[in-house]
Amino acid sequence: MIIILTSKSIGENKGSLITSGTKKRPDGRAFDEMRPLKIEAGVLERADGSAYLEIGDNKVLAAVYGPRELHVRRLLKPNMAILRCRYNMAPFSVGDRKRPGPDRRSVEISKLTAEALNPSVFLEKFPRSTIDIFIEVLQAEGGTRCAGISAASVALADAGIPMRDMVAACAAGKSDGKVIMDLSEVEDKEGEADVPIAMMPRTGDITLLQMDGHLTSSEFEQALDLAIKGCKTISEEQKKAIKNRYGD
Amino acid sequence: MVQSIVPEIIKESVVNLIQNKERADGRALDQYREISLETGILNKAEGSARVKIGKTQIVVGTKPQIGEPFPDTPNVGVLITNSELLPMAAPNFEPGPPDERSVELARVTDRCIREGQVIDLEKLAIIPGKKVWMIFLDMHIVDYDGNLFDAAVLGSLAALMNTKIPSTTIEGDEVVVDHEKMVPLPVKEQPLMCTLAKIGKELVVDPSLEEDDVLDARISIGVRVDGSICAMQKGGSVPLTREEILNAVGIAQEKTKELRKSLPKA
Amino acid sequence: MLLVEDKQIVVPGEILAEGDYHSGRGTFKEVDKICSSLVGLVAVRDKKISVIPLQSKYIPKRGDVVIGKISDIRFSMWNLDINSPYSGILPAAEVFGKDKRELSRAFDVGDVLFLRVVDVDEVKKVKLGLKGRGLGKFRGGILIYITPTKVPRLIGKKGSMINMIKDQTRCEVVVGQNGIVWVKGKPEMERVVQKVVKTIEEEAHTSGLTDRIRDMLLELLGKNDNKDEKTTKEEDDFKEELIQ
Repeated sequence: MIIILTSKSIGENKGSLITSGTKKRPDGRAFDEMRPLKIEAGVLERADGSAYLEIGDNKVLAAVYGPRELHVRRLLKPNMAILRCRYNMAPFSVGDRKRPGPDRRSVEISKLTAEALNPSVFLEKFPRSTIDIFIEVLQAEGGTRCAGISAASVALADAGIPMRDMVAACAAGKSDGKVIMDLSEVEDKEGEADVPIAMMPRTGDITLLQMDGHLTSSEFEQALDLAIKGCKTISEEQKKAIKNRYGD
Repeated sequence: MVQSIVPEIIKESVVNLIQNKERADGRALDQYREISLETGILNKAEGSARVKIGKTQIVVGTKPQIGEPFPDTPNVGVLITNSELLPMAAPNFEPGPPDERSVELARVTDRCIREGQVIDLEKLAIIPGKKVWMIFLDMHIVDYDGNLFDAAVLGSLAALMNTKIPSTTIEGDEVVVDHEKMVPLPVKEQPLMCTLAKIGKELVVDPSLEEDDVLDARISIGVRVDGSICAMQKGGSVPLTREEILNAVGIAQEKTKELRKSLPKA
Repeated sequence: MLLVEDKQIVVPGEILAEGDYHSGRGTFKEVDKICSSLVGLVAVRDKKISVIPLQSKYIPKRGDVVIGKISDIRFSMWNLDINSPYSGILPAAEVFGKDKRELSRAFDVGDVLFLRVVDVDEVKKVKLGLKGRGLGKFRGGILIYITPTKVPRLIGKKGSMINMIKDQTRCEVVVGQNGIVWVKGKPEMERVVQKVVKTIEEEAHTSGLTDRIRDMLLELLGKNDNKDEKTTKEEDDFKEELIQ
């Protein structure tokens, strides 16, 4: 039998929700405060477009190839390009080593990511081709699907793919009885609800919505508004990342 | 992985240049590209490194786990090396389980690290015959620009040197793991690998992507600090002569000394 | 109302203007707003707003000249990779006329050719041809890949940039509209051209490029920076070049 004295996966310096009696969140944030965010565009040599994103302790790489020739004829669409996505977690990205390769969770996230980005891309400009998005989570700390979508949209822009808007993604939820923005890993695990969304900030169109947990309808509305607010903040950073790449 | 077709004139120009002891990127035949190495870049991994040779980029992470030893080596720990040639790294890398190229990379890296005796595996035994540390070493290839072997070994060694595992004590039949008290892995050697490509009649160090595409044969040599050899791998379907191999060993012994300077000071 | 400045870098979704403006290339209209669909540079001409992309893939157009690589030989045609989402075919009849001959004796897999896009049909089948001056197989030389949108900048106004490079390095240079550049000359000169072309690609969106490239060429060639050799400063009209 193995006894573990302190578990690394709970997070070292984040404390526990149970002991936190103050108003602030375990990591000291306000209820509507996002974790520190950093985005960089054009970080890979071979990919047509790429981006690196850090939010809190999440570290995510996204790469785009395409539009390129599609060799699988049955997937081909005569009037538009198809958008494919592969979300993958590095074995060392989480507390206990993750076995390499896709699992049910990553397959679902891959599908949702493609669907979240799909409405933003002018796919009809490239019939019979494919645009491939690869997301690699190098470190996970709650909110990797949103981080992946936000990074992928920057990578799409970096690849020169025409879009209606850059999609930004952020979660909100409820933890320790409060509705909060951008849940950390502890808040996600120990909290009551999680609502990740993705949106096109200019029009306000929401392209991804998931929810798990338990919320009243007014709490849900609050959470949705906080997530939307978060998306707008991320959107500004996405624009900066692209402009920084060209020294503007 | 789909094989990419190299344009005939690229092949010619690379070969012609090397014949005149020149390279497309202006390097000398025995010169590495720019190397950068960062360690401790991830805090969920117990050890990590990001290595770049030219634009080739690998992220390496280690994860220790307590497990059972192999029956034939009951008193030593276990090192498991794995690599993923990610589809983001090159247009012709495809998603899916590791292909033969990825498996070769992991196995060659593993041999260099293992036979180079990087880790004192005996010190990783917790309860002899029952419980040992298993170190998972995962290489994530994110950008492919030629010469994966040297980057893989350099990154792996750096990640292992960066790795800290929890200390353990035994109380009766139980292993008590203390994550508050992390101790460095018992690293005792620093072997590195140098890869040479045979192109025409010449041997060139650290093949670039173009050179990797057109090379006739490749030889990778793992060298320990004292200059002794711990792993070798020939690749490509053109044979090498005895002289070429011995020549390559000499070059690798010199070049790995240079490469070792990019490792963080212990 | 114009919300951005001319030559400013914009991103997809950014609102460029409201009201009385026309939507040009790289933009789309949403009710009364003109938005950018790309990462690129704003170009305002009268009331028409366009965005010049900084990165893109080559989409074949009839009449373009392209550089392609033979990727496969099939029954009565060659398949070519033309650095595009759409591959090309070169029918045997384009080369042999009505004669029946073995295809691989003319061109083999890996050969690099200079071709014209003869036709692009509805299913994006790209038919290529070799009829025309200078078209055919390349022998020797090197290839350089650049973003296709930057080809006009490499050529320059009436060929000013490319001619300067050719004159200074004494290299043959052929530019495909698909972003592949073929260069043949003395090996060291080929490398000079490669460096210069890559710089043009990286700095295509900046002003005063022709002068900087001239200085760079003179420096790389070890020539004295003779001020007399400089022609009058070329006006900075990269927008005009790129928007063609």
